[in-house]
Amino acid sequence: MKQILSFTLNGAPVDVIVTATETLLDVLREKLGVTGPKRGCDNGDCGTCTVLLDGEPVRSCLTIALTVAGRQVLTVEGLSPDGDLHPLQKAFHEHGAFQCGFCTPGMLMSAKALLDTNPNPSRVEIREYMSGNLCRCGSYEEVVEAIQAVAAGEYKE
Amino acid sequence: MTEYVGMAMPRYDGIGQVKGQTKFVDDFVLPGMLYAKALRSPVHKGLIRSVDFSAAKKVPGVVGFVTADDIPGNRLFGACGDQQVLAESYTAYKGEDIALVVAVDEDTCMEALEKVKLDIEEQEPVFDMFEAAKPGAPLVRPDLKSNMWEFMPGVTTRVIYLGDVDKGLAEADYIVEGRYTTGEQDHAAMEPMVSVAYFDDAERLVIHTHSQCLQFQLGSLASIFDLPLSRIRYIGGVVGGGFGGKNHIHADHFAGLAALKFRRPVKYRLSRREDLLYSTKRGVFILEYKTGVKKDGRLTANYIKLWHDAGAYGGFSPYGVEKCSMFASGPYHIPNMRVEGQCVFTNKAGSSSMRGFTIMNGQFPMEMQMTKVAEAVGIDQWELRFINAWRDGDMGVSRYVVRGAGALEAMTGAAKLAGIELPDHLLAMSSRGR
Repeated sequence: MKQILSFTLNGAPVDVIVTATETLLDVLREKLGVTGPKRGCDNGDCGTCTVLLDGEPVRSCLTIALTVAGRQVLTVEGLSPDGDLHPLQKAFHEHGAFQCGFCTPGMLMSAKALLDTNPNPSRVEIREYMSGNLCRCGSYEEVVEAIQAVAAGEYKE
Repeated sequence: MTEYVGMAMPRYDGIGQVKGQTKFVDDFVLPGMLYAKALRSPVHKGLIRSVDFSAAKKVPGVVGFVTADDIPGNRLFGACGDQQVLAESYTAYKGEDIALVVAVDEDTCMEALEKVKLDIEEQEPVFDMFEAAKPGAPLVRPDLKSNMWEFMPGVTTRVIYLGDVDKGLAEADYIVEGRYTTGEQDHAAMEPMVSVAYFDDAERLVIHTHSQCLQFQLGSLASIFDLPLSRIRYIGGVVGGGFGGKNHIHADHFAGLAALKFRRPVKYRLSRREDLLYSTKRGVFILEYKTGVKKDGRLTANYIKLWHDAGAYGGFSPYGVEKCSMFASGPYHIPNMRVEGQCVFTNKAGSSSMRGFTIMNGQFPMEMQMTKVAEAVGIDQWELRFINAWRDGDMGVSRYVVRGAGALEAMTGAAKLAGIELPDHLLAMSSRGR
C-alpha cells in the first residue's frame, strides 16, 4: 500500500509517495535523487548510508522511510547549503581523509553528530564514535586527524 | 615545477567527494530505467536441463529475460576467455549466472526469480586442488581436458629457473624444507559491483563503469555485444574501491546485454551478499620450499613448487602463477633457483587479481622460510637477510638484472624504527656492491 510521506530534508519540506517496506535510503537515492548517502551493504554494517535524523546519526538502510514522517533528515548535501564548505568538509578535503570517497558522506555525518554532542573529543573517543563507519581504503588515521583539527578550531564556518 | 615535489596537494576531485556530489555508478538513476538480477546456479556443478520462465513472465512489472541466446557476439569472456557470459548447458560454481530477469525494479526481479523453474542436474564437484589435479578426477567443466591450466598446449607446469638447482642443493651444508599456504580473500570494496547502460541519441551503447582498468575490458565487452568500439562509450573514472576486484567484468556485460535487448536504460548491481559470494577472489596459493644454505649463511639454492587454486575459470590466475613464481624467492641473491608452478581449476567462484596481484603470496612464504633457514643454520635472522640481500647486478629468477637495489637500506630503516640495534658489520653493507 502506498502512502504520502512528509518530512524535512536538508531544511526543505518534501512529500513523496512510498510503500511500507521502503527504507529511507531507497527513498533518498531512488526517488528523491539525493545520492550522497551510499548503499554499501544494505545491512547496517558499513555506515556509508549514515544520515542525521533529528540530529542523531542513523543507518538510512535500516530506517523504514515512514518512520521519519514529520522529522528532520540531514544528508551530506545539507552540510553546505549555501555553497561554503562545512568545517568538517574542509578538514576532510585538506587532510585527505579518504581515497575512493565512497565512505565519506557517512563519515562526515557521523563526525558532525560527534562534534555536536562532544565538541572536544579525545582521540580514543573519536575512534570509538567513528567505529561504525568502515573505510576499506584505510583512511582512518586521516579521518581522526581531520576531526581533531575541527575540534581544535582550525577550520571555521 | 620542482617546488611541488614533496608537497601535499589537495585532490582535484576532493571538493566533489566531501560535498557528496561525486557520481558513483549506482548514483545514476535514469528515466525509464530497468533493473536486472541474475538467475544463479543453486549447485556447485550442474548440467542445465531446462529453464522455464513462463510463470515468472506473468509477474507484473517483468519486462523480460536475457539468456545466452540473446548474446549477439562472443559467449565467453574473462582474461583467459574461458568464462561463460551466461551459462548454456553447464554451471561450474555455485552462483554462476544462468540468465537475467529484467523488470521495473529489483523487488519485482526477485519475485520473478523465485518463479523461474530451473531444472538442473547436480554433478559431483571438486573443491580441493590436489584432488582436482589427480588423473581421473571429475572435470570442473565439460570443456576441459583436465583440471590443469595449460600454459602452452599440453604444458601444465610453468617452470622458471636460473642456474642449476640440483647443483646448488648438492653444494649446501643444510637443506631446509617448508610448506606455506595463503588463504582466499575478498576485496570487499565499499562500493558493490554495479553497472548502468543505455543507448544515446547517436545509437551508441553508453556504459557507466567502475572498472579499474577500462582497457582490459572494453575489447571483451565489444566482442560480447558484437559492436565496433566506435559504438561503445565506456565511461569510468570513479571507483568506490577496487583493490583488483574491478579488473574483472562483473556487471557491465549484463547491463549492456539487457540495454541491447530492451533498448532502455538498465542498472545491474550485486547485493553485498552476492558480491561477497560470487565476485572474483584472491585464490589460495600453496608453496613448498627446499632451500640450500652454507654454514656461513650464503644461500646456494631455492627449489619451489607452487600450486594456485583458480576456481572455475582462469581469470588472471595463470598470470598470477607466473608473477608469484618470479617473486617467491624474495629480494635475495640465490645463484640456483627453480620454480614449478601449477594452476588448478576447482568448482568455486573464479579467483583473479587482487592487490599486488600475487607477489606477496610468494614473498610472505619466502620470509617465513628465511626465518626457518636462520634457525636451522643457527645465525641471526637479520644477518641471514643482510648477507643474501640483492646488490646491484644480481640476477632474479626470470633473469632480470637488479638495478637500484634497496633491500639493505630498507631493512636498516625498519630496524631503526623498530628500535633494534644492528651490529656494525651489517650496517656497513651497501646495495651498491657485495
